[in-house]
Amino acid sequence: MHNKSVAELSRELESGKISSVELTRELLDRIKAEDGQYNSFITVTEDLAMADAKAADEQRAAGNANAWTGVPFAHKDIFCTNGVATTAGSKMLANFVPPYDATVVANFRAAGAVCLGKTNMDEFAMGSSTESSFFGPVTNPWGLNKDEKRVPGGSSGGSAAAIAARLVPAATATDTGGSIRQPAALCGVTGLKSTYGRVSRYGMIAFASSLDQGGTMARTAEDNALMLNVMAGFDPKDSTSADRAVPDYTATLNQPLKGLRVGLPKEYFSDQLNPAMEQQVRNAVKEYEKLGATVKEVSLPHAELAIAAYYVIAPAEASANLSRFDGVRYGYRCDNPQDLNDLYTRTRAEGFGNEVKRRILVGTYALSAGYFDAYYLKAQKVRRLIQQDFINAFKEVDVLMSPVSPSPAFVQGEKTSDPVTMYLEDIFTIAVNLAGVPAMSVPAGFVDGLPVGLQIIGNYFEEARLLNAAHQFQQVTGWHQKFPQ
Amino acid sequence: MTISRADLEKVAVLARIRLDDEQIPALENDLSNILSLVDQLSAANTDNVEPLAHPLDAVQRLRADEVTESNQREAFQAIAPATESGLYLVPRVIE
Amino acid sequence: MQWDIVIGLEIHAQLATKTKIFSGSSTAFGAEPNTQASAVDLAMPGTLPVPNEQAFRYAVMFGLAVNAEIGRRSVFDRKNYFYPDLPKGYQTTQLDHPIVGPGFVDVDLAGGRSKRVRIHHAHLEEDAGKSLHESLFDERGQGMTGIDLNRAGTPLIEIVTEPDINSAEEAVAFAKKLHSLVSSLGICDGDMSQGSLRFDVNISLKPKGSDTLGTRTETKNLNSFRFMEQAIAHEVERQMDILEDGGRIIQETRLYNGDRDESRSMRSKEEANDYRYFPCPDLLPVVIDDAFIESARVLLPELPDARKARFKEQYSLNDYDASLLSDDARLSAFFEDTAAHCKDAKLAANWVLGEFSARLNADNETVAQAPISGIQLGQLVARIADNTVSSSGAKKVFEALWNGDGGSEGNAADAIIEAQGLKQVSDTGALEAIVDEVLAGMPEQIAQYQEADEKKRKKLMGGFMGPLMKASKGQGNPRLFTEILQRKLNA
Repeated sequence: MHNKSVAELSRELESGKISSVELTRELLDRIKAEDGQYNSFITVTEDLAMADAKAADEQRAAGNANAWTGVPFAHKDIFCTNGVATTAGSKMLANFVPPYDATVVANFRAAGAVCLGKTNMDEFAMGSSTESSFFGPVTNPWGLNKDEKRVPGGSSGGSAAAIAARLVPAATATDTGGSIRQPAALCGVTGLKSTYGRVSRYGMIAFASSLDQGGTMARTAEDNALMLNVMAGFDPKDSTSADRAVPDYTATLNQPLKGLRVGLPKEYFSDQLNPAMEQQVRNAVKEYEKLGATVKEVSLPHAELAIAAYYVIAPAEASANLSRFDGVRYGYRCDNPQDLNDLYTRTRAEGFGNEVKRRILVGTYALSAGYFDAYYLKAQKVRRLIQQDFINAFKEVDVLMSPVSPSPAFVQGEKTSDPVTMYLEDIFTIAVNLAGVPAMSVPAGFVDGLPVGLQIIGNYFEEARLLNAAHQFQQVTGWHQKFPQ
Repeated sequence: MTISRADLEKVAVLARIRLDDEQIPALENDLSNILSLVDQLSAANTDNVEPLAHPLDAVQRLRADEVTESNQREAFQAIAPATESGLYLVPRVIE
Repeated sequence: MQWDIVIGLEIHAQLATKTKIFSGSSTAFGAEPNTQASAVDLAMPGTLPVPNEQAFRYAVMFGLAVNAEIGRRSVFDRKNYFYPDLPKGYQTTQLDHPIVGPGFVDVDLAGGRSKRVRIHHAHLEEDAGKSLHESLFDERGQGMTGIDLNRAGTPLIEIVTEPDINSAEEAVAFAKKLHSLVSSLGICDGDMSQGSLRFDVNISLKPKGSDTLGTRTETKNLNSFRFMEQAIAHEVERQMDILEDGGRIIQETRLYNGDRDESRSMRSKEEANDYRYFPCPDLLPVVIDDAFIESARVLLPELPDARKARFKEQYSLNDYDASLLSDDARLSAFFEDTAAHCKDAKLAANWVLGEFSARLNADNETVAQAPISGIQLGQLVARIADNTVSSSGAKKVFEALWNGDGGSEGNAADAIIEAQGLKQVSDTGALEAIVDEVLAGMPEQIAQYQEADEKKRKKLMGGFMGPLMKASKGQGNPRLFTEILQRKLNA
């Protein structure tokens, strides 16, 4: 049962072959038995899940079910859950139990889905390996052997690993610079970062407000469509959420791809890319040609500046977003503060991990007097150039395809000593966040037994087209159905 | 671009993060490396380019002036580190 | 050396919206601590701001009232600093693209002079919470400060003037004008003692006639007009002393203590300030279109300048009276009630500005607290105008009205005049008889009068008036007495 997709489970619940209580029990038991080796969950909400499952079964019996009623899933621990600890992977919030729901959480609750718990993540979503969590690193279910453990990517590494390990069929995630796509790629699952503003950020703990976007992770494109149906939509509580209609993302999954215009950004097939990875990505593009797509090379001339712009804008926004963690109203507070300054500086020194501190310091520096124009303003101008690259590219093609990461899952600890090396993990994903366009990661093969992801980037609000392209690919390939071990 | 120890200490004061002496050399090195990465920006020609603050060219929606929130002090202060008589407590601030 | 005083003001006005600028929490005053602090106001993780339309409408009303350009595209910025009353660790404000652009206010000064003070801009921002330094202690007995965030997020407009003001008198006149303006507009309750309207004063000195501005200081915490006047005088003197001793002024913020008439530097708090302003990524640019401006314009009440012009036209008042009566919306309304119930607007103005205002001052009350209405005063003034009561009698009636005699039903002034027998006699026949009777007993004074020259005669007239008023038990119309007397004595 744990190998099935959301769509399959939904059909089996509907047919009465299985109850939500049975399904939830099975997955909770599986988490108990297996998650010790992955550490993909920070919190497992067993009692709440069982109660929700029971309620879902009753709702279905009463004839009020929808596709999600009784289907188990998990939330990234960045989404606030009323009455359930929400930590953002940080010591700062280790004891934080919000008395409110994120809009995304409320939406899944209203749909009757059964949340099994909160998945592990890089602290405050800052990382590409899920090694910076206060609750310990997450291990990728792929490439496990006696001698080494590999990272699941990050920051949504808990969600990706939990799906790859078949502990849950689906999980929410967020993506600020690649935090959905890169872990999806490294764990061999399917993930979608939607257009900026498509999914409400209310109750989603902020890293960089103009880049953060909630999204979906599951094994299949169809399941991603089912998730996005629940998550997408205007939210009056989020000033930056887009006030436009939400289509049924499952309705267009089966459209033929004949005539789809695919662009390959030449900058994303550079010598930084592992050649074996490149081969897998090009093979995937060939599949699209077989499905009737036309392929041409395009250019994103400012793509190489994306990392530099991102590492000004994201830390700058983060430096202000994380000022609220001051030990006064909630969260961690240092012992015996001597005075106000001691309360602030010790609470923040003890409550934040190293990567978070680095980014706060970089962001503070970039905004400080004398540096603002050279760093922040310059980065915003480059951001416009990058956006313009995408606008221009989408005049010629419908979607862009590229690798997601330069190499497959690496060994834990390999990149933690040098932050810049870690940052380069996101060279192919970051420009998408700066422009705000939607993008997916779709399983597209293996290198040395480790999954490879294909990135499909779409124009603003064209999530349906991306899901359609991914779904059609998954009808003719089996990469997304491979399981570790 | 490297960051000096003095700059690092100034920034840490602004960010209210206490740095221990033994952390400083490594942080100086890390931050200098990050700033070197960021310095690629200076090569870009951004003459006549408007800064982009938000990816969507949208305008702010305004909320009607109606009270929608009720008193939840009890729930909020249940998760607070230190409160008394409904107030959040901090070490005494000398004005 | 002679010095020019250069003053600019920064005014924080709390907007009288029902809810906060970025959340749906009530802004009602006086609630229990932290009962009006929502998840957004407390900066709970993941919460987001959504701006209040009415705050923008009020700001636009202010802009229209000070002849300002309206910012068609205003942008919120984050001003970063740590303080326990600032939950997010930054204040959301407007730095480069404020809602109100350059404008001006014309201020009337004593002696019929007038002064134009330019408004540099006015921007919207959120207020901070309050720190309470009561007897609070933690479990180790360490003294603690308590934080109440009910006020956090209350909308403010910060109004910044150009340094156009050159004396304490001008500063106070401008401040009073601004107070009357925001109160008239109904966008701020204007209560300075509760901090609804807060004035900071930037002061510098320069050698007389010099074009170069000196170093300025900012004096905060001026919660009354009197303190403002004192604080400016104090700071001007302080700076003058330093400069004349050859010293230099340090740019700093100073806190004025009105009770002790002293100020001290707040340098310690300002230490290493670097606010790192940048556009708030949680908010989008606010675009104000013509329709929105019109929606604000229709809410504009008559403003003091327009009211003053109307008072001069409609009631034939002089410039000075019109100015005094039009500044405060409540006093204006009171005056118009008074004028409407008598037929002599000039006399109504005299009574409102004279007896009525003096009495308010003496009792330290506002117009709203006055125990009498404009209508009641108008009914009294009508009786003065039609000679029913003398002006000295009218003062007795006024006193009685103020004390609540005469009841609240019907015409209280008439009831008091009747009850106290203050009705003045204007029957010329009856008065003539009294004059004849009194003069019959004063042959010597008559002879003295008739020998005197014109100038002396005027003085001697008073000697007859006393006995006449006495004989009429104070009820004779003095004007008629004078007429009859002159006719008889000059015959």
